Amino acid sequence: MANIKLNIPALEIHDLTVAFDRKPVLWNIDLTLPQGKLVGIIGPNGAGKSTLIKSVMGLLPLSSGYVKLFDQDLATVRNKVSYVPQRNSVDWDFPVSVLDVVLMGRYAGLGLFKKIRPADKEMAMDCLRKVGMENFANRQISQLSGGQQQRTFLARSLAQQADVYFMDEPFAGVDAATEKTIIQLLQSMTQQGKTIIVVHHDLHAVTSYFDWLVMLNTRLVAHGATSEIFTRENLQHTYGGKLTLLSDVGELFKREELPNREM
Amino acid sequence: MATDIWIILTASLVSTCCAILGCYLILRRMAMIGDAISHAVLPGIVLAFLFTGSRDSVTMLIGAGAVGIFTTFLIEFFNKQAKLQADAAIGVTFTWLFAIGVVLISVFAEQVDLDQDCVLYGELAYVPLDTIQIFSFTNEIPKASVVMFVILLSILLVVRLFGKQLLITSFDPAYASSIGIATTLWHYVLMSMVSATTVASFEAVGAILVVALLIVPAATAYLLTDDFRVMMKLSIALGIFASVLGYYLAYWLDGSIAAAIAIVCGIFFSIALVFSPAHGLVKKHKKIIMH
Amino acid sequence: MENVIDFFSFSDPNVRYVTLGIIFIMACAAMVGTFTFLTKKSLLGDAIAHAVLPGICVGFMLAGTKNPFVLIPAAFAFGWLSLLCIDFITNKSRIKEDTAIGLVLSLFFAIGIFLLTIIQKNGNANQSGLDHFLFGKAAALVMGDIIAFSIVALLLMLLTLLFFKEFTLISFDKNFAISSGVPVRALEILQTGMIVLTVVIGIQAVGVVLMAAVLITPAAVARYWTDNIKTMLAIALLTGVFSGIAGAYLSYSAPNMPTGPWIVIFISTLALLSFFLSPKKGIINKILKQKRYKRQIQDENVLKTLYQLGEKTNQFFLSQQEASISDKRFFAKNILSNSLHRLMRNGFVTKQKNAWQLTDAGKLRGQRLVKIHRLWELYLTTYANIAPDHVHEDADTIEHFLTPELEAALEQQLNFPEKDPHQTIIPYQ
Repeated sequence: MANIKLNIPALEIHDLTVAFDRKPVLWNIDLTLPQGKLVGIIGPNGAGKSTLIKSVMGLLPLSSGYVKLFDQDLATVRNKVSYVPQRNSVDWDFPVSVLDVVLMGRYAGLGLFKKIRPADKEMAMDCLRKVGMENFANRQISQLSGGQQQRTFLARSLAQQADVYFMDEPFAGVDAATEKTIIQLLQSMTQQGKTIIVVHHDLHAVTSYFDWLVMLNTRLVAHGATSEIFTRENLQHTYGGKLTLLSDVGELFKREELPNREM
Repeated sequence: MATDIWIILTASLVSTCCAILGCYLILRRMAMIGDAISHAVLPGIVLAFLFTGSRDSVTMLIGAGAVGIFTTFLIEFFNKQAKLQADAAIGVTFTWLFAIGVVLISVFAEQVDLDQDCVLYGELAYVPLDTIQIFSFTNEIPKASVVMFVILLSILLVVRLFGKQLLITSFDPAYASSIGIATTLWHYVLMSMVSATTVASFEAVGAILVVALLIVPAATAYLLTDDFRVMMKLSIALGIFASVLGYYLAYWLDGSIAAAIAIVCGIFFSIALVFSPAHGLVKKHKKIIMH
Repeated sequence: MENVIDFFSFSDPNVRYVTLGIIFIMACAAMVGTFTFLTKKSLLGDAIAHAVLPGICVGFMLAGTKNPFVLIPAAFAFGWLSLLCIDFITNKSRIKEDTAIGLVLSLFFAIGIFLLTIIQKNGNANQSGLDHFLFGKAAALVMGDIIAFSIVALLLMLLTLLFFKEFTLISFDKNFAISSGVPVRALEILQTGMIVLTVVIGIQAVGVVLMAAVLITPAAVARYWTDNIKTMLAIALLTGVFSGIAGAYLSYSAPNMPTGPWIVIFISTLALLSFFLSPKKGIINKILKQKRYKRQIQDENVLKTLYQLGEKTNQFFLSQQEASISDKRFFAKNILSNSLHRLMRNGFVTKQKNAWQLTDAGKLRGQRLVKIHRLWELYLTTYANIAPDHVHEDADTIEHFLTPELEAALEQQLNFPEKDPHQTIIPYQ
């Protein structure tokens, strides 16, 4: 944290448009998130929640706009940023152990040719302890429950020792105990100044989990402190269906293969 | 050294290369891409043959290897740009390139010392006939053995140095790119190794049987263990063991050696499928009864 | 040239029969293959093709000759067995489908090659011709084969037509088919049986290695020229038959040439041409389309600028120098001049001396662009919560492409507002 000023935003998204097959799934998103908050991204299915964090992580091409993390490009601050993909995005039959997966979180810090050091292993074990998985270190990942898989992913992310974390649906399909462990861990991390941005798939416990919210439905409906923006009206706008004209125009782009921006 | 030792050694070198690469291929769900590459390198081999006039040049390895990488590129191009569904993109691309290769062989039958059958199943028995003397104090060594040895060393080097990158891009490509690992680069590194291996082992085992060596030992090992390092070692061991047994099976029944090796691999796989302690059918059956 | 006449006069009865046989086989493969392609089973087709080789060898070992009445059932049995193996491995173990396909394909083929080499080394006098199953040799087809294959091919084509509706339904929406009580499982088994049988009758002409291409590539070609499944079937059929005849001709004129690879080269060439040239989905057309859009955007931006220059003075038909246009909005010199000349040809501007002037049509089009731009900005700020200073770029794109229907919907929804978010007047006609 030494070289990051506290007053600059953790994330700044400027005029971001992202399209699949030329159909915009995110439309002109402008968003600034302060440091040290536990941020929930909420919105209906297909609202572009996962797309938003994937584009921040540089995993998708942007049709327009830019993303800054701590006022820098992703490439410059990559070691301060960690990403937790959706649990079902990988093959859990893959022949590696829990510790192997968590050690992947240390790869970023190692050079191209370097091998894993004992210090990395200790660090990985520490992270496993934080998520309550220390007894599973040598367990093969194919033998884990959904909640344990999610904790493993979380531990891998912790092992990166980042300052901002992007998590794609960390509560999807996990047991109540795991959900509680995870949220407590995330809250304690924000108290240490980390910024955590979580894609959340439903509305339960939104007010108790997140101190900051991003409400999304293709376009940004609202963002700000939960207490201020978690209102009936904003929920109505977020979940009350798509803007007809906006999605019609989106379909037009796809059908006619139109350029998403003037060339 | 006796001819049979050289044949077994060369077969073992081929199967070791394939066993290593196969582990990555099946975990990345790219088994059929491996199949496609092994077919598609044929025109590259024939053209390189026509230009250099011999079959054991570095040019050939590089030229034909390039065709292999071109194949993966083409499949992606048809899939992404022409919006051809993935399975058909693979099917159309490799059959097209393979057909060109076979036609080239028949058109230039006089100049090219390759025949169509050899393309399909190679001829390990001829390996000891084509030799080279590397150092003045050594005996003549079969060229195929030397080439395969060099390929194996390069593969081992890459896996040793960049095992981390290959593993993480196989397991979780999205996470890998999020920490700054170039997923596409490692994809093409792997594809280059597969291309080089299929080209180098072409004469020994042919285009289609090399697929068996790529996929079957790795798949067998995958049934036997949950640890990637063990999986790779097992896969290598199975490949070598099959090479030895296959040689004697072929000797006994007087059939193609390469095919016999593949068949032995198949027998190993069937045994693992039924009896594997971790994932075998017997184990699963018992589980169901106990519950 | 003599060859051509010889061949296409079909005076040689052998040529006539072989060609007829190939036409039936290719037509059948194209029809059955269309559904293989649509149900995304291309690679399964490849696996079956490789897997019938041991069947051919076993059949030969049993019969001692190339008797089609033994070879066909044996090949069919192995083709079917390979599918059972793939299904079994995929369902009963942790092995994924693509690995299972590659595994079964290469292992069955290895068994086939092993048996083939054993047969060859035993020097059976009748074995010559068995290796034609690898790459195909149409010329080696004898009368008996051709009659048998043609009958089977006709039968398969009839079946395809008979179950056309059902096959279409299961390849389009399997779940819907299941929920509406169509016997999907039985139809799938029938379809698979048809694929196996097609492969079996095709391999002597095309060979096991490339049989997959004969199944799926014609369908891939057809897919690029139509969205209608009946037309698709017809195009696939024509592609297959044409390539078949061409391949048979080559095999006839140069006896050393393998038929299968040549047929595949013809089909594949058609496929490549289709990928690039197809008017709807072709790569070249896509590139041209983007070029056209780019031009349209440039031209319209010039019109818009001329209109905006007129807005200042409320005189829309004044002559403007190119320099003053570029002052209002920067255009590279040659781009501006090209655009203006294009616009002149289409009657949107006229040229007087060295200055340009909007025509009535040009003014209307410029006005429409400006209107849509401002309406869209208003729409985004009102309905999508986007800040007024962030909507310009988006509107700059939308203005060129909004259809009249969407334009009307936009006006309706905003109820013909007078001003945009920047308090500029929105011009209506």
